Amino acid sequence: MSATLPVTLTVNGETLTRLVEPRETLADFLRRDLGLTGTHAGCEMGVCGACLVMLDGLPVHACLTFAVQAAGTEIATVEGLTESTVIADLQRAFHERNALQCGFCTPGMLIAAQGLLARLPLPSRAEIRDALSGNYCRCTGYEAIVDAIETVARRRAAGETAPRFAEEPA
Amino acid sequence: MKARAFDYARPASIAKALAAFAEADGDASYIAGGQSLVPALALRLQAPARLVDIGHIAELRGIAVEAGWLRLGALTRHVDAHDHPLIAAHAPLLALAAPHVAHPAIRNRGTLGGSVALADPASEFPAMMLAMGAEMEIAGPDGTRRVPADAFFVDLYQTALEPGELLVALHIPVARPEHRCAFDEIARRRGDYALVGCGIRLAMSGDVVEEARIALLSVGPTPVRAHAAEATLTGATLDPDAIRHAQAALMDDLDPVDTPEVPAAMRRHLARVLLGRLLAQIAEAA
Ligand SMILES: Cc1cc2nc3c(=O)[nH]c(=O)nc-3n(C[C@H](O)[C@H](O)[C@H](O)COP(=O)(O)OP(=O)(O)OC[C@H]3O[C@@H](n4cnc5c(N)ncnc54)[C@H](O)[C@@H]3O)c2cc1C
Ligand code: FES
Ligand code: FES
Repeated sequence: MSATLPVTLTVNGETLTRLVEPRETLADFLRRDLGLTGTHAGCEMGVCGACLVMLDGLPVHACLTFAVQAAGTEIATVEGLTESTVIADLQRAFHERNALQCGFCTPGMLIAAQGLLARLPLPSRAEIRDALSGNYCRCTGYEAIVDAIETVARRRAAGETAPRFAEEPA
Repeated sequence: MKARAFDYARPASIAKALAAFAEADGDASYIAGGQSLVPALALRLQAPARLVDIGHIAELRGIAVEAGWLRLGALTRHVDAHDHPLIAAHAPLLALAAPHVAHPAIRNRGTLGGSVALADPASEFPAMMLAMGAEMEIAGPDGTRRVPADAFFVDLYQTALEPGELLVALHIPVARPEHRCAFDEIARRRGDYALVGCGIRLAMSGDVVEEARIALLSVGPTPVRAHAAEATLTGATLDPDAIRHAQAALMDDLDPVDTPEVPAAMRRHLARVLLGRLLAQIAEAA
C-alpha cells in the first residue's frame, strides 16, 4: 500500500482537503470518502457513462480520473447540480417522460445532457444521440431520454425555467 | 477492477518529469488524460510502481502557428481538435476526425499527445499525423529531437519514443489553399473504434492531383500510409477512372489480418469502399 497524499479540491462549491491513496479513483473518492453516492460506478473502465461528473464545468468520467489528479479542480456531482437547481428542468422532463426506470444511468445521462446543452443549445435528435453515445441505459431504450432532452432544449430556448425538482408525493 | 497501488508524482516541468520517471528505474508510466491508461490500470494490464502526472506541465500546452507549422502541445485535448479555430483552419483533418474519437466526456480529458504516444492502430489521430505529414517533438535525457510521422509509428503500440521519453508537441505543416481534405470511418456504432478509417489530403491544381497523402486506421499493426494509391493519383485528373485505379492500387497497400469479428477480406473491401467515397467527395466539391 502506498502512502496517502493530501488532496485539496472543490466539490459542489465546498473546498475540502482529504488524504487519499493515489490509486483511488475520483468515483470512489466521491462515493466512499464523501458519501456522494449519486455518482454511480458501473463498468469502472469508461464504457457505461454512469460515473460522469462535471470537472471544471465539463463532463468527465469519475472512474477514469484518479482523485489525486483532480487536485485544484472544481467538481460538481449530480447532488450539487440538483442543489443549485441548474438541472431541475432536465430532472422534471426525465420524470414527465419516464426517461428513467431503474435510474442507474440517470445521473450520467443528466450530466451528459447538461454538457451537451451548454455546447449546443438546440441540438438535433441525431446530435443528442451522438452526445449520449458513451452512456448506456439498460432499461428505457433511449427514446424517452432523447425526447426529454429535446423538450428541455426547446423550453430553455423559450426562456422557461423549472422550479426546484422534488419528487411528487405517492 | 481497481488499480494496483502506485506512487504519484506531479512534476511542473519537462526536466522534472524526466527525472521523476528515471528515479523509478523503468517501472513508471506517464499519465496525461488517463483515458487509455486508467482503464489499463483498472484491468491490471499495466501496474507501474509510479505514475508521473504530466497534466500540469505548461511546456506541454499551447496551440500556435509558427513559420508555416501549427504547434500543438502534447496536452492539447481531443475537444480542442473538435472546437479550436486554429486547428480547424490549419489542420482540418484533425477537426474532421475528432467527432469520431470516443465520446464527448472522453474527448474532454483525452489528449492528442496521449493518443499519438499510445499509437493504437485503431485510433484516428495517429493516422491523421501520417496523412498530414506531421512531426513529433520528443524530449529525452539527451535533449529534444523531431521525428516525422512516417518514422514515428514503428509497430503495434510501438513508436520512436524510447522508454522515459516524453512527447512534447505535434508539429503540423499548415494546410495550404490548394489542399482538399476528407475523413470518414466505418464503425458499428458512433464512438466505437472503427472497422476502417481513412484520412486524405490532396494538393489540387484545378482538378489535377499534384500531391496525395492517404492514411488508414484499423488495417494493420500501425496506422498505414497508402503509398500505392497515392502514386496512382499523383499527376492524375481526379475523375471516376482515377478513383477506380486508386481503389485497385490500395489493395497493394493493405495487408490486414483476420480477426474473429472481422475477416481481412472484409476490412480490405471496406477500405476500398471508403477510399472511393472520400475521393468522390473531394472530386464533387472541386
Ligand atoms: C470507452 C472509450 C472509447 C474510446 N474510443 C476511442 C476511439 O474511438 N478512438 C481513439 O482514438 N481513442 C479512443 N479512446 C482512447 C482515448 O482517445 C484516449 O484518451 C487516448 O487514446 C489517450 O490520451 P490520454 O491523454 O488519455 O492518454 P493517457 O491514457 O494518459 O496515456 C496513454 C499512453 O500514452 C502515454 N503518454 C501520454 N502522454 C504522453 C506524452 N506526452 N509523452 C509520452 N507518453 C505519453 C502514457 O504513458 C500511456 O502509456 C477511447 C477510450 C475509452 C475509455
Ligand atoms: S463507471 Fe465510469 S464509465 Fe462506467
Ligand atoms: S434507467 Fe435503468 S439503466 Fe437507464
